[in-house]
Amino acid sequence: MATHTIRVTVNGTAHDEQVESRLLLVHLLRDRLLLTGTHIGCDTTHCGACTVLLDGQPVKSCTILAVQADGREISTVEGLEKDGKLHPLQEGFWEKHGLQCGYCTPGMMMTSCALLARNKNPSEAEIREAISGNLCRCTGYVNIVKAIQYAAERSR
Amino acid sequence: MQPRTSPEVGGMGHSMKRKEDPRFIRGKGNYIDDIVLRDMLWMDIVRSPFAHAKIKSINTEKALKVPGVLAVITGETLAKYNLHWMPTLMSDTQMVLPTEKVMYQAQEVAAVIATSRYAAADGVEAVEVDYEPLPVVVDPFKALEPNAPVLRTDKKDKKDNRIFHWEAGDRAATQKAFSEADVVVKQDLYIPRIHVASIETCGCIADFDRVNGKLTVYMTTQAPHAIRTVFALVAGHVGLSEERIRIISPDIGGGFGGKVPVYPGYVIAVAASVVIGKPVKWIEDRMENLQADSFARDYHITAELAAKKDGTITALRMKTLADHGYADAAANPSKFPAGLFSICTGSYDVKKAFVEVDGVYTNKPPGGVAYRCSFRVTEAVHAIERITDVLAQQLKMDPAELRMKNFIPKEKFPYKSVLGWEYDSGDYAPALQLAMDKIDYRGLRKEQAEKRARGELMGIGICSFTEIVGAGPSKTFDILGIKMFDSCELRVHPTGKAIARFGTKSQGQGHETTYAQIIAEELGIPASAVQVEEGDTDTAPYGLGTYASRSTPTAGAAGAMAARKVREKAKKIAAYLLEVSEDDLVWETGKFSVRGAPQRSKTIQEIAFAAYTNHPQGMEAGLEAVDYYDPPNLTFPFGSYICVVDIDRGTGMVKIRRFVAVDDCGNIINPMIVDGQIHGGLTMGMAPALLEEISYDESGNIQGGSFMDYLLPTAMETPAWETAKTVTPSPHHPFGAKGVGESATVGATPAIANAVVDALAHLGVRHIDIPMTPEKVWRILKEKGVAE
Repeated sequence: MATHTIRVTVNGTAHDEQVESRLLLVHLLRDRLLLTGTHIGCDTTHCGACTVLLDGQPVKSCTILAVQADGREISTVEGLEKDGKLHPLQEGFWEKHGLQCGYCTPGMMMTSCALLARNKNPSEAEIREAISGNLCRCTGYVNIVKAIQYAAERSR
Repeated sequence: MQPRTSPEVGGMGHSMKRKEDPRFIRGKGNYIDDIVLRDMLWMDIVRSPFAHAKIKSINTEKALKVPGVLAVITGETLAKYNLHWMPTLMSDTQMVLPTEKVMYQAQEVAAVIATSRYAAADGVEAVEVDYEPLPVVVDPFKALEPNAPVLRTDKKDKKDNRIFHWEAGDRAATQKAFSEADVVVKQDLYIPRIHVASIETCGCIADFDRVNGKLTVYMTTQAPHAIRTVFALVAGHVGLSEERIRIISPDIGGGFGGKVPVYPGYVIAVAASVVIGKPVKWIEDRMENLQADSFARDYHITAELAAKKDGTITALRMKTLADHGYADAAANPSKFPAGLFSICTGSYDVKKAFVEVDGVYTNKPPGGVAYRCSFRVTEAVHAIERITDVLAQQLKMDPAELRMKNFIPKEKFPYKSVLGWEYDSGDYAPALQLAMDKIDYRGLRKEQAEKRARGELMGIGICSFTEIVGAGPSKTFDILGIKMFDSCELRVHPTGKAIARFGTKSQGQGHETTYAQIIAEELGIPASAVQVEEGDTDTAPYGLGTYASRSTPTAGAAGAMAARKVREKAKKIAAYLLEVSEDDLVWETGKFSVRGAPQRSKTIQEIAFAAYTNHPQGMEAGLEAVDYYDPPNLTFPFGSYICVVDIDRGTGMVKIRRFVAVDDCGNIINPMIVDGQIHGGLTMGMAPALLEEISYDESGNIQGGSFMDYLLPTAMETPAWETAKTVTPSPHHPFGAKGVGESATVGATPAIANAVVDALAHLGVRHIDIPMTPEKVWRILKEKGVAE
């Protein structure tokens, strides 16, 4: 199988990697770069556990090839905390009990991160619409919505 | 309940932020697929495209030539070690890998071991299996017909597809009550097969160390200790001995019962690691998870109620056909083939009852209870709450009034139900009244009447459920003979901090926080200074695990009892230090003081230090205790839920406008966490009411085998749940708590179903089976001539 040399910048650090054409972005992140905060939940782009930001846009990294990320910037959950200070979304999820098993949480926070970047004051309906591609089986979403509202307030 | 401790101590009643969250919000959880061992190999599984077929041959030649593929394991390989079959928790048997035939679509047929995830998947593609399709039995009713093909040909003397017949109650007395009743209602209900679909699938790493003969299995399991014993029993004959088996259950991405059973994949990975001598990782993909792992429900129920003209319920009868798939692999307590279905008299003072359940084999995956419900309680509650509404409709009585009339009165607790349970405590009417007040029930009925006059479809549904959780007392509850106690081992360190280990295993419930709060409540050691550990069988005391809402009733109780044992010893040390008799000491949170001289006291921290530095002569050093808690009874949480729906006449879409959930789970450890459990439970109760179903076509092909067509609720369908509490403590639990993790799943489904039927009741609709999908509802609207 053909291999390619790609350069991806993940959470600000550049990585040069030799990858097979078929390697999924999520496996590059998890198995090669050992950034295991990005999870896999469905393989079919439904659950959103693998959501990362690709040039600022939320994407499901289980259905993107690593080669498609060549030359681009990726943000994952591991990059949210800066200089030992939690991101407002991390604070919000903790403060408002926005997580239980924690498995969907990284993807949920990355999607929310993109939402807050484009909309500083989202309504509840806008929050629910924004996270509708991220499935959570534990929380019933009530406290996730509150966590994102908390982060929006803190970020303003 | 007002907290007795300060927020700094963080005992019961404090909404303490969770201690486990710092790792999860940083992406530093440690789930099964995050674990990597040196020299680790990968396993992937070949699965059957047929629901019933003879395996004529398996050709592994091409697969073995795939780069990276090291081995292909088949049933023949395992048969050499007599590991191709394994026992289920219900004393049935199921295949690990087949040697003769497959019994359901997606059944494991062979396993490929390779050096990478991708190579293993390539190997799976290259395995060639030649099948000869056999007649498929999908319909459980047809499975019992005399000419039905007998599926379990592996069982000598098995002449039909019946697994068991189970019954409870008095058939003749119930029949008499029915014949004497003013009113009788009867309803067939189907509660379809569904799947928990935790966002993390199942998986393991089996790591057999050939030098010391020790097997370590990192595994997505809710019951690590029981699994260790099962492995020792199943594989004892090939040299695996229990002291050399270590099960480690790491962080689990949701369980809900789906991570209780032993799936063939785990056993194959263990066999592969033992044979190859290297760690073998197996991680399911989502389609494997949905298509092959343990399902829930699949109960075909005929429910009947007998009543007087005034609405007094006099008798209940239920007959059920339970589709178990090709093996009875439900994770019920051993003596309960139909779980705790006999809780089906519910919240009502029913004088006569008879229930029977027949378990049946079909060509579907095995399983049975895995969906956030305590052993068939969901089925029981759905049936009683639906048939109660059917009775209300028949009597033209308000469903709230009918429930109020029939509730077991408060003064009858502890209440002995006609089907044999002793309900520990309950006070049902205030819970329903609170729900009615919060949602403005009378106002809603008025609005509904106005809307009906305008042709709009609005429904109000009630469910007043009683659960039975916290298995359970050892005289009746065991799994494969192991009694269903649970445990805590508590050690207080010299500096007054503590570690507490438990036999359960959290999958998101927040045990690291709530268990620490229990210890804090009992000893006054701040919850932040109590380290909680679970899930490693080499370190934690033996317990039966977390499922069926049993953690707080059993392990939580063990935590309190262990802490009280520690306090007893602490009292002796305090008496020694203060030079008084133990009888002169008074305990208040965190310290012993001398009666009448409160300035003379010793804190638990001072006592802990003395336990290691200055303990009385003749006393053992240290401050620790172990408790194996055998609950005297189960706990019976309850609640009343009211749901308001609007139905779109154009699309048949049901929209939940409001949903008020009043729960009573006794005394509460952490209100924030309890509310989180309720929110999640409500959402998993809504899912089968409106969205989720796994069905099969007549060839046994699964419909709903991926998230494309098995619809989990998103934030869009899920309403903003409204919650409230009443508090009726359990009289037998050490701190008056009841299990809560599953109440809402049990209560939400019938509340929603009743609301949808109520919206259409004036059109003559009496019942609709769940899930109430837009298509199903639209067809009814069309039939009734109200579709737009």
